[in-house]
Amino acid sequence: MGFFDKLKQGLQKTHDNIFNKVNKLVYAKSEVDDDFLEQLEEILLGSDVGVQTTEILIENLKKRVKTDKYEYSNELNTLLKDELKKVFSEGNGQKTQVFKITKKPHVVMIVGVNGVGKTTSIGKLAHNYKNEGYSVMIAAADTFRAAANEQLETWAQRSGAEIIQLQQGSDPSAVVYNAINSAVANNHDVVIIDTAGRLHTKVNLMEELKKIKRVVQKILPEAPHETLLVIDATTGQNGLNQAKEFSKYIGLTGLILTKLDGTAKGGIVFRISNELKIPVKFIGVGEQINDLQVFDKESFVKALLED
Amino acid sequence: MFEELSNKFDKVFSFIRGKGKVTEANIDEFLREVRRVLLDADVNYKVVKDFIQDVKNNVLSQNVFTSINPAQLIINTINSQLIKLMGEKRTDIHFSNNIPSVIMVVGLQGSGKTTFAAKLANYLRSKGRSPAMAACDVYRPAAIEQLISLGKQVNIPVYSDDSKDPLKIAQNASDYCRQNFKDTLIVDTAGRLAIDEEMMREVETLKAELNPTEILFVVDAMTGQDAVNTAKEFHNRLDYDGIILTKLDGDTRGGAALSIRAVVTKPIKFVGIGEKLDAIEPFYPDRMAGRIMGHGDLTSLVEKAAEILPQELDEKKLKKLEEKLNKNKFDFNDFLDQLQQIKKMGPLSQILSMIPGADKMLKGREVDEKPMKKVEAVITSMTFKERENPNILNGSRRRRIAAGSGTTIQDVNRVIKQFHEMQRMIKQMKKGKMNNFLKNFNIPNI
Ligand SMILES: Nc1nc2c(ncn2[C@@H]2O[C@H](COP(=O)(O)OP(=O)(O)OP(=O)(O)O)[C@@H](O)[C@H]2O)c(=O)[nH]1
Ligand SMILES: [Mg+2]
Repeated sequence: MGFFDKLKQGLQKTHDNIFNKVNKLVYAKSEVDDDFLEQLEEILLGSDVGVQTTEILIENLKKRVKTDKYEYSNELNTLLKDELKKVFSEGNGQKTQVFKITKKPHVVMIVGVNGVGKTTSIGKLAHNYKNEGYSVMIAAADTFRAAANEQLETWAQRSGAEIIQLQQGSDPSAVVYNAINSAVANNHDVVIIDTAGRLHTKVNLMEELKKIKRVVQKILPEAPHETLLVIDATTGQNGLNQAKEFSKYIGLTGLILTKLDGTAKGGIVFRISNELKIPVKFIGVGEQINDLQVFDKESFVKALLED
Repeated sequence: MFEELSNKFDKVFSFIRGKGKVTEANIDEFLREVRRVLLDADVNYKVVKDFIQDVKNNVLSQNVFTSINPAQLIINTINSQLIKLMGEKRTDIHFSNNIPSVIMVVGLQGSGKTTFAAKLANYLRSKGRSPAMAACDVYRPAAIEQLISLGKQVNIPVYSDDSKDPLKIAQNASDYCRQNFKDTLIVDTAGRLAIDEEMMREVETLKAELNPTEILFVVDAMTGQDAVNTAKEFHNRLDYDGIILTKLDGDTRGGAALSIRAVVTKPIKFVGIGEKLDAIEPFYPDRMAGRIMGHGDLTSLVEKAAEILPQELDEKKLKKLEEKLNKNKFDFNDFLDQLQQIKKMGPLSQILSMIPGADKMLKGREVDEKPMKKVEAVITSMTFKERENPNILNGSRRRRIAAGSGTTIQDVNRVIKQFHEMQRMIKQMKKGKMNNFLKNFNIPNI
C-alpha cells in the first residue's frame, strides 16, 4: 500500500470515543494502559494542544493515577477531565464578572493576526455589552484593510453601537484619540477598539499598537481595561508565538477563541494557558451576532474529548 | 531549529562515531526528535506517524548501519522524502480556450481569498493575461466593497451587482468579460466551513454552472491539525486543482502544507507573503520542505562545504589562493576552480536556501543555473595564458572565445565583467559580508 493510501485510510478512521475506551479498562488500577494513553495522545495532538503540553498532560495524568488510583471507569474519566481543566485554573470568570465595569468608559482593545475574526467578534461583543445595558462606542482603528470601515459599520448598526471612524489610510491612533475623547464627553460606558490584523513578526506594526495604547493612556491612564487577543481555532503552534509577541508589546488580559463552530478544536489555547497563563474569555461559535459565548472550561474539555 | 536538530543528532550519534556502528535504537531515538520537530511545525500527527515510518524503512534499506556518515544519510533521506511529498516541481495555472477562463477561489473564512484574488489578477496581468474579477461573497459585510477597493488599487475591473445571488453575479461577470475582451475571470467566493452543508452545496453549484478551468483552495499557513480535514472535505466536494498558502510572511513553519499535500495529491501553486497586492510568489517545494524542518541555517552549509572542501582544496591550494588574492592576482583559473567548488555543493538554489536571510533576498526568484554553465564554457575556451592574464583579452581573442564556447561576444564580455566582480566578492567574503556575496550570484532583479 502506498503512502497516500495508508494515510487516507488512517484519516478515515474516526476515534472510538475515549470515554468508551475508559469503560473497557479493568477496574482498580494504579496505571493506565498504553493503548489508552496512545489514544489520549492522539486526541491532544490532533487538537493542536502541541507536543510539549501533551507530554506534560499525560505525565500528570500518570502521576495522578498512581497516587489517587481509580476503581471505576468514571473515576478515571474524572481524573482525566480534571487534569485538562487544571490548565485553565486561572482567571476565567463567570458571565457577570466578564462584563463587569468598574470605570467609565471601560476600554476594550481587540488585537490579532490577519483574518482571525476580530471585527466579527467586536460586533458580537458590542451586542453583549448592549444587552447588559451599557452604551457602547466602537473605534474603527483598522484604517488599513480595504473596506474594513464599511464592514465594522454594519456590525455597529446591528448591535446598536456608536462608531467613530476616519478615512482609510488615516493614523489609527487618531481614530482612537477621537473615540476615547468622544466617549468621555458623551459619558459612554464601553469603548471597543478594532485594530487592523497584523502578524506579530512585523515590528513596525507592533510598534503601531503600542502607540495606540499610549494614546489611550494619555486620556485614561488606567485603560485599556481589557486587551484581548483573537485566536482562530484552526491555528496551530504558531498561536503561541502570536500570544507571546502581542503580550510582549502591549500586554494581554485574555483571549477570544473564534470559529469553534468548525471542525477545529482550538487546542492551542491549552498551550497558551499553560505556558503564558493568559485566560480564554470568550469563544466564537458562528457568524451571527449571538454567536459569542463566555468561555467555560468544562464544556470546552468535554468537546475536546468527545469526538 | 535545524541547529537544535543537528545538536541532538550529534548527541545521539556521538558515541557511534567512536564505535563506528549505528543501531536501530539510535535511529529510533533520532527519529523521535524528528517527530517532535514536525509536530511543532504543525504537520498532522497521522502524517507524521506515517512519514517517520517511511523514513525509517528507507534508511534501513540503504545500509545505514555500515554507512560512513549515517547522520548525513538520514538527513538526506528526510529531506528528499519531504521534497517528494511536497510535490517536487512547480505546477502553473491552466487556462482554457474559452473566453473567459474562469478561476474560482474558495476556502475557510479569513484564509485570504479576497486578497489572493486581487494578487492573482495583478500577477496574471503582468504575464500578459487580461483579467477581471467577480465579487461573489454576498454574505460577509462589506466583502464586495473590499474586492472593489482592491480592484481599484491594481486597476483591474470588478464585476458586482446587488442581486445577492453568487451564481448570477458570476454569470453576469462572464458576460461582462466576453463583451469587454477580458480573457480571465477570477471569482472570489464567500468563506465557508466544510461542514456547512448549505454553503458547500452553493459552491458545488457554482462549479457545475461556471465550469471553471481552475478551482484554487486557499489555506492560511498558520493552520494547525485541522488543515487535513478541511482540505479533504473541500476536495471531496470540489476536486479542486490547486492549493494556495497564504500569510507565509510570518514565522509559522507551515506544516499544514505538508499535511494537505499528503492527503490530497494536488499541487500548491502560489504562496502569499504579505498584505500588499504584489506579495505573491510561485511555490517552491524544496524551500517549503526546508522551512518545515527549520533549515536555513548556515551551519548546514558549512557542514556541507566541509564535506567537499578538504579533499579538493587542500591547505597548500588555499594558501596559494590567499597569496594570489593579496597580490591581486586572482585569475580565471581560480575563478573556474571556485565555480567548480560551488557546483559540487549541489544546486545553487539549495545552497542559497541554507544561508539565513537568503530566502528573503531571493523572494521566490528562481536561481538560474544556466549562466553558470555558460561561464564555465567561456573560461574553458580561453587559453591558459589568457586565464592567467585576463588583460590580454582583446576584441579578436574575445571573438575567438565566443565562437569556441558556442556563446556570443556579449556573453564573453559579461563573463569578464563577472570575473572582476568575483574578484571583489572574494575580498568581501574575506571581510565576512555574506549579503554582498549573495548579490554576486546570477540572481535576476536583486
Ligand atoms: N500578512 C499577510 N496577510 C494576508 C495575506 N493574505 C491575506 N492577508 C490578510 O488576511 C486578512 C484576511 O484576508 P481576506 O483576503 O479578507 O480573506 P478572505 O478569505 O477573503 O476572508 P473572508 O472573505 O472574510 O472569508 C486581511 O487582513 C488580509 O490583509 C498574506 O499573505 N500575508
Ligand atoms: Mg473575502
